[in-house]
Amino acid sequence: MSFISRGFTGRRRKEEAPAGRLPPGQYDVGDGFPVLSAGPTPHTSLDRWDFSLRGEVDEGRRWSWEEFRALPREPVSVDIHCVTSWSKFDTRWEGVSVDTLLTEVETAAAYVLAFSDGGYTTNLPLADVSDGQAWVVDTYDGEPLDPEHGGPARLLVPHLYFWKSAKWIRGLTLTTADEPGFWENFGYHNYGDPWREQRYAGD
Amino acid sequence: MAGTAVRRRLSWQRAEVLELRHETPRASRLTLRPPDWTGHRAGQHVDVRLTAPDGYTAQRSYSLASPPEREAVDLVVERLDDGEVSPYLTEELRPGDLLELRGPIGGYFVWPAAPDGPVQLIAGGSGVVPFLAMLGHHRASRSSVPVRLLYSARTVDDIIGRAELGEPGSDATDAEVTVTLTRGAPDGWTGPTGRVDSALLAERTFAPDRRPQVLVCGPTTFVETVARGLIDLGHDPGRVKTERFGASGGP
Ligand SMILES: Cc1cc2nc3c(=O)[nH]c(=O)nc-3n(C[C@H](O)[C@H](O)[C@H](O)COP(=O)(O)OP(=O)(O)OC[C@H]3O[C@@H](n4cnc5c(N)ncnc54)[C@H](O)[C@@H]3O)c2cc1C
Repeated sequence: MSFISRGFTGRRRKEEAPAGRLPPGQYDVGDGFPVLSAGPTPHTSLDRWDFSLRGEVDEGRRWSWEEFRALPREPVSVDIHCVTSWSKFDTRWEGVSVDTLLTEVETAAAYVLAFSDGGYTTNLPLADVSDGQAWVVDTYDGEPLDPEHGGPARLLVPHLYFWKSAKWIRGLTLTTADEPGFWENFGYHNYGDPWREQRYAGD
Repeated sequence: MAGTAVRRRLSWQRAEVLELRHETPRASRLTLRPPDWTGHRAGQHVDVRLTAPDGYTAQRSYSLASPPEREAVDLVVERLDDGEVSPYLTEELRPGDLLELRGPIGGYFVWPAAPDGPVQLIAGGSGVVPFLAMLGHHRASRSSVPVRLLYSARTVDDIIGRAELGEPGSDATDAEVTVTLTRGAPDGWTGPTGRVDSALLAERTFAPDRRPQVLVCGPTTFVETVARGLIDLGHDPGRVKTERFGASGGP
């Protein structure tokens, strides 16, 4: 890179991060866990909460909170990367693999649009939420997921920027055509791979 | 919450620093001339990138403080003593330096194109910066939409945008501005003191039945408290937009 900011040396917080685990342009936030969202935190009572699969499926599915909690669960320990440039290592979650939710679903869809309380949406290729790459989690660090962080349940897709891990998720719409979600409509990258620094459209 | 598609490529450009001024003892106003600026909407931000001689880079977001009607663009940066980027921008940068940035970015937390009700702005600390652009735009476009700003600052000296806001308590601006001071008020202060709570929200912001569009900006905990207070007062969550400046290291 030819450009240099005169007089800038930087903090080199990068060196504190485990080798090879910090995508370009990110820094290790350590014990912090910043909160970012586009609106107020929704509070949906658990007896009114459900999770549904709809759209391009032979038969829609719906789980109440009780039914969701009874599904096979997995612990997940992963690094997460926010587009606002913080990363957090070894975050510990527990929840239901999206593979489990998609078991026995017949679909021609190649994409999903995650939808949430509060109206938030985000789009992902179906291939990126299957094969053990995505979960609907309701537990963080052994505790029920805090509403600020998306509780009662959020999507977790750690290999993409964290805006893809929709908070307050209520379900997935399966689609044959790719449909940009909330931030994707506002100029953020359609896919969001942190290792390729896909922050904004065209990156 | 659908938005207008803004899907063009954003590339880095080197803007000349025209002027640097102390806005408050802790915040500086940077006036920049980006060579390739297609204009912006009040409320949008830019990403600033700093590069060290060894190639190390740091990148942060800063709201545009100037209204779209002005040619040069302003940022107002508050210094965090233990921060990485803000001390450089407020203390090291000199007029004539080049600053790498890209933008404008964001089409969500912006002045509504066609407000269908009054607009309520609520800011904590440097969260007032995007609202300076909005108030400037409101004035420059002679908009007749009723606007109120409720702004929480630490002390009188920490008030960002005094020029735009007018001396607190005066009617130099066409918006109704309330500043509350959280760390003590000087003699003769007539405005409120203390943090924004539900009583102050009820007293100084548009009531829910006027169906205002509400924009809340500031540190994460401020935004969380205010947004929750608004919902408790009966505001429609779909009409409350938030932007969190979340100190990148904080919880
Ligand atoms: C959309 C948007 C618009 C914004 N607009 C503005 C604006 O108009 N004006 C403005 O002033 N700011 C704005 N911000 C905030 C700005 O982007 C920066 O977060 C801010 O300037 C701090 O950056 P910094 O590099 O100085 O601090 P950082 O180095 O990021 O540190 C921030 C804090 O985190 C802590 N911290 C970080 N890393 C560590 C670590 N490894 N160990 C311990 N502590 C750590 C420090 O205590 C520090 O106080 C905006 C943010 C967003 C997202």
